[in-house]
Amino acid sequence: MAQSPAHGSDHHDHHAAGHHDPQDLKLLGFWIFLVTDVIMFATLFATFIVLRGGTDGNVTGAELLEMNGIIISTFLLLTSSFTSGVAVLAMHQNKIKQMIIWLVITGLLGAGFLYLEVNEFLHLIHEGATLQTSAYWSAFFTLVGTHGVHVTVGLFWMIAIIIQIVRRGLTDDTKGKVTVFSLYWHFLDAVWIFLLSIVYLMEVM
Amino acid sequence: MADHNNAHNSHGGERHEHGSLKSYIIGYIISIVLTIIPLVVVLNDMMGRTATIAVIMVTATLQFLVQLIFFMHVRDGEQPRWNLITLIFGVLILLTVVVGSIWIMGNNSIGMKM
Repeated sequence: MAQSPAHGSDHHDHHAAGHHDPQDLKLLGFWIFLVTDVIMFATLFATFIVLRGGTDGNVTGAELLEMNGIIISTFLLLTSSFTSGVAVLAMHQNKIKQMIIWLVITGLLGAGFLYLEVNEFLHLIHEGATLQTSAYWSAFFTLVGTHGVHVTVGLFWMIAIIIQIVRRGLTDDTKGKVTVFSLYWHFLDAVWIFLLSIVYLMEVM
Repeated sequence: MADHNNAHNSHGGERHEHGSLKSYIIGYIISIVLTIIPLVVVLNDMMGRTATIAVIMVTATLQFLVQLIFFMHVRDGEQPRWNLITLIFGVLILLTVVVGSIWIMGNNSIGMKM
């Protein structure tokens, strides 16, 4: 269609493009990916909830989980979700420098979150709670770890996007990538809310 | 091309799909409040077990909605809202998997001794 020289089809293409903006389609495609990710986390949450009693006589979460670090990580991730939104706002005003600064702040907050999570895992392993200790800890590390892997992937993805924007500037294409990334980052914060609620708060209450 | 861009921009403006700094700040503040409420309730042992679980789940769900509306702009976009329809489908599967697992495994635990 696009290669057809006919005027009629040219008009048609332009018309169609107005209704099916490729960036809109990419955004919808990413929504569908996020929903599949929701389903994956649903299975991990279900596994954790079902197995949470299965400590096999070993240490329980209530004995080992320390809320101080978790509270700090929660606010780090919540704030980074906010700053990634501010980055998108700056992008729509074509303030490329501001946008990169907000993205870097988002990344630093995300890195702080990961640092605390790795520290927490090391502390747990040191206290004798590993992936192999009991059904409870297997489910715990798989669920919390999967979220941590998502954050790690997000960090590298964001660095790649920043490098691309520095090289190519803000185009429809790179703008779409930043929009999709911020959607992903908000999603990770939403998943963390339920991790905090179901894994941590319900365990220490 | 310039025409197309203009049309696109004005179109985007009508949809308010980019949100505003104000809406992000409101969403951020509500999220912080909704995070602090369950923390205070749990860490001070303010309520009974059932009430605490209810507070945790209600504040978490509300905060999820805040993220969707203020940050992810799920209400915006062209009709039909395929993203919203996809999301509702996802939540349906999520509830089926989670509630179904709790229900079935709750019955199974008789005789499983965990």
